[in-house]
Amino acid sequence: MNADKKVDAMGLACPMPIVKTKKAIDELAPGQILEVLTTDKGAQNDLAGWANSTGHKLLESKEENGIFTFWIQKK
Amino acid sequence: MESNEQTLPVQMTPHELASIITRQEELFVLDVRNESEFKDWKIEGQKLEVVNIPYFDLLDGVEPALERIPDGKRLLVVCAKEGSSRFIAEQIAEAGRSEVHYLEGGMKQWSEHLMPVKAGDLKRGGEIYQFNRIGKGCLSYMIVSEDEAVVVDPARMVQPYIDFAGERGIRIRYVLDTHLHADHISGGRELSDRTGASYLLPPQDADEVVFPYLPLAEGQDIRVGTVHIRPIHSPGHTIGSTTMLVDEQYLLTGDILFVASIGRPDLAGKAEDWVGDLRTTLYGLYSELPGELDVLPAHFGTVAEIGRTGAVSAKLGDLFQRNPGLKLVDEQAFRQAVTEHLPPQPNAYQEIRQTNMGKMKPDEETQREMETGPNRCAVHDR
Repeated sequence: MNADKKVDAMGLACPMPIVKTKKAIDELAPGQILEVLTTDKGAQNDLAGWANSTGHKLLESKEENGIFTFWIQKK
Repeated sequence: MESNEQTLPVQMTPHELASIITRQEELFVLDVRNESEFKDWKIEGQKLEVVNIPYFDLLDGVEPALERIPDGKRLLVVCAKEGSSRFIAEQIAEAGRSEVHYLEGGMKQWSEHLMPVKAGDLKRGGEIYQFNRIGKGCLSYMIVSEDEAVVVDPARMVQPYIDFAGERGIRIRYVLDTHLHADHISGGRELSDRTGASYLLPPQDADEVVFPYLPLAEGQDIRVGTVHIRPIHSPGHTIGSTTMLVDEQYLLTGDILFVASIGRPDLAGKAEDWVGDLRTTLYGLYSELPGELDVLPAHFGTVAEIGRTGAVSAKLGDLFQRNPGLKLVDEQAFRQAVTEHLPPQPNAYQEIRQTNMGKMKPDEETQREMETGPNRCAVHDR
């Protein structure tokens, strides 16, 4: 998936993956897509919860070798 | 201007939190995990007020939280592991609030904390200690007499038992499980490996167990110091469930009888088969035992069951007066109560049973995850 911006939050623990995600998405225009990389297992549920409460759309996610990748579309 | 100290939150240890709960002190808890984790499992206490606002809803500022936190009340912020609670606690403290704490190690460490409380003295010399895993509602026991001890239903984290015995110069001679557990991983094998104690299990529950153990059977007389411990076969929660009678004084009921409920018969997938056994154990066997016995169960359902002394216990006779699970005289009503509308099963209960049989060997992190959430071993848990 093509992303307009990428956040590398690998190796960071809660709350940093979401803090960085929020910062990055604030800099995007509506409809643009953000890619987030994290190794924090807990970020999975939290990103979904955050997207849900902010209205941004979690398009897709995958896990590969302990790395979680998320694609989020700005509302 | 606020002084410097007031702008820093203070770490609270799980031990401090456990003491606040058992002493029934007031505390306001702000749980910043996501809603689904909070709904599944949270910190409970009789004088605790607990509110859930996920940390990711406070990234634009903590004002929504400040509105709900009463000023001047001790505050504890908690999350899964610690990081997010500290992040939020710092901002709340910066906003000028005092007495702001965050929980060391988060819910992860809370779920593993064990607190020993003296449950009573033994008439012929010795004491019985209840180890309360308060975050999960699991109770285990150390029965001490002279310089020897028996540990009953140990939790996965065995160091607290080893330290407790070590500090008092006590040798742990026996470790036993009253049944094959489905809600937590037993520390029995590890504790026996590390202390050289014998590990006893009810053989009826151990059909599929793949490691060596000694049978725990009715008719045995387990002696430590001056204490006699008699196993009584009491099936119902599992087919091998065994009650331990300690010196005609204490009754360790395992997952058969709790203070506010009774054990559920379905966790090994055999509810229908075991309903009759459960009924016979409770309404036959237990009803004929002296009412003066102090019941010491393997779980509690809510913190309201923790008494003034900090221990969870009750007289057997009193439980026949007030425990809803012991007042189902009608057989059909009993059958319905223990087979229908049961609470959800404990998290990963099948994998936990496999692990306790030695058939699965998950790493520590996986074991921790498997044990997430409340014990849910009682019929009346929710």
